[in-house]
Amino acid sequence: MTPLRQFAADFAKSRAAVAGLGIFALLLLAALLAPWISPQNPYDLAGLDLLDARLAPGARSAAGGTYWLGTDGLGRDMLSAILYGLRISVTVGFASTAIGLTIGVCAGLAAAWFGGWLDGFLMRLVDLQLAFPSILIALVLLAVMGQGLDKIVVALVAVQWAYYARTARAAALVERRKDYIEAAVALALPNARIMFRHLLPNCLPPLLVLAAVQAAAAITLEATLSFLGLGLPITEPSLGLLISNGFTYILSGHYWISLFPGLALLAAVVSINLVADRLRDILDPRRVR
Amino acid sequence: MLAFCVRRLAQSIAVLFVMSLLVFAGVYAVGNPVDILINPQADQAEIARTTAALGLDAPLPEQYLVFLGRAATGDLGTSFAFNAPAIGLILERMPATLELATAAMLIAVALGIPLGLWAGLRPETPAGRAIMGGSILGFSLPTFWVGLMLIMVFSVWLGWLPTSGRGPTASLFGIAVSFLSVEGLRHLVLPAANLALFNLALIVRLARTGTREAMRQDYVRFARAMGLTEGRIVLGHVLRNIMIPIVTVAGVEFGSIIAFAVVTESIFAWPGMGKLLIDSINVLDRPVIVGYLCIVVTLFVAINLAVDLLCAWLDPRVREGENA
Repeated sequence: MTPLRQFAADFAKSRAAVAGLGIFALLLLAALLAPWISPQNPYDLAGLDLLDARLAPGARSAAGGTYWLGTDGLGRDMLSAILYGLRISVTVGFASTAIGLTIGVCAGLAAAWFGGWLDGFLMRLVDLQLAFPSILIALVLLAVMGQGLDKIVVALVAVQWAYYARTARAAALVERRKDYIEAAVALALPNARIMFRHLLPNCLPPLLVLAAVQAAAAITLEATLSFLGLGLPITEPSLGLLISNGFTYILSGHYWISLFPGLALLAAVVSINLVADRLRDILDPRRVR
Repeated sequence: MLAFCVRRLAQSIAVLFVMSLLVFAGVYAVGNPVDILINPQADQAEIARTTAALGLDAPLPEQYLVFLGRAATGDLGTSFAFNAPAIGLILERMPATLELATAAMLIAVALGIPLGLWAGLRPETPAGRAIMGGSILGFSLPTFWVGLMLIMVFSVWLGWLPTSGRGPTASLFGIAVSFLSVEGLRHLVLPAANLALFNLALIVRLARTGTREAMRQDYVRFARAMGLTEGRIVLGHVLRNIMIPIVTVAGVEFGSIIAFAVVTESIFAWPGMGKLLIDSINVLDRPVIVGYLCIVVTLFVAINLAVDLLCAWLDPRVREGENA
């Protein structure tokens, strides 16, 4: 059996993980196809009908359709708003994870490979940052930079890179003592080539697990910051902002405006965490299979 | 041990210094609060007068030195929005936040340890699996959304608990607290439960892993061979051994509970310093933002220092490791 098929077989042994992967794939597909599958364009103000405002789930629209998940205060179809919101939340989560991973891995590998003052400097920076909770760092950065899709990605990257740097360095320190690295050094290969072609592939397993966990954390953190009004502007409503909009209606019993975006967020985060849990079980050599 | 204490203390002071610099540079480098504070029709002379009155016309390094000198005497500047000393505003709201955070931590520990112990002793039973499933959910649920759902269920639908605010406070040693009256407790329950959720899940996991590991150890086997009852083994031996990591994590996490109180306080309109921070960010009230960060960072560094020293005292391997 090829290693990849072995890996897939191991993964499939956990039904929860397979279910998580399935749900996540569905959500991803829904987010990608949002403009084509959602019943209306929730941000085309001409398509909204104020007479349809705050309708309960399953209500009929004035135009004859059905609002399966109800409507918000402007008569916007919640199902469509959620599909578009999911798109933004997933984009932010993935973009920040990808950029954070790249920066963190480069810093971690460089720290492990070159050592010395670079290692000391980077790791003190990581220690300093990890001593404070992520939300505090993100709050301060957003307070300084203001709102915006690019700004929230920057804030999330700034929060995340330290985790990747620490993990990459720890893995690389173990690997660099092995014979194949010594062989590569003896061949006088350039540093960059050893780091990225030899060291990096062997450091990947713990980084993959961490990236999955952090992607879920990034999506949650973005939603939280947007809920507090510090993340995305109203023109780019992620799930967090939708929930925040529904907050004002909860007290009057219009529960669906906050409930359903929250369930979508929950489904995304739980499914990623289920996959991450399984990845950890398979990839962590310290665990008994 | 003394050398360890001194080195650790020096590190803490260095961290405080670096953070004060970063916070100051970050918050002061952006935006001009004068634009927000002053009447839009004001002329140049008036703007210049206000800028000078707030000390914003000096170069940044000079502003930092002034800030540092004043901070050392407990003066973190005057809030632009409230026109009151920032440190007073923050300290006034600190007891509410600390009360909320303490209540949340108590809930997390008081529920988390028994649940984790149960799941660790009987991992394969439906109850054990349900507890673990619940803890995964507890990690994944976005705190702020759970807060909304708690309000929806317990306040709007069932009408049992108030939706927001702190309720009447009683005075304890001159500090206003909520937990002494029934009405105050009713206000405290939902926000505290909301804030406790994440740490509850964390402690359940720690306790479960610790228990599973402890049950395989020789001392448990010896205790069994001595004929101790299962209850005494669990309470007298297993529990004591799993407490060390739990106490450490609970200590470190107390800081992050204070940070995450920002979210819970905003939802439940709890009049703590987290809510003050969000309000201040929205109006660019720099002295309050900087003051909040300075106080919270100091709190954090103090907590980390205390936990580290406690660990070194409990476990000689930690301080030996530092020396090596």
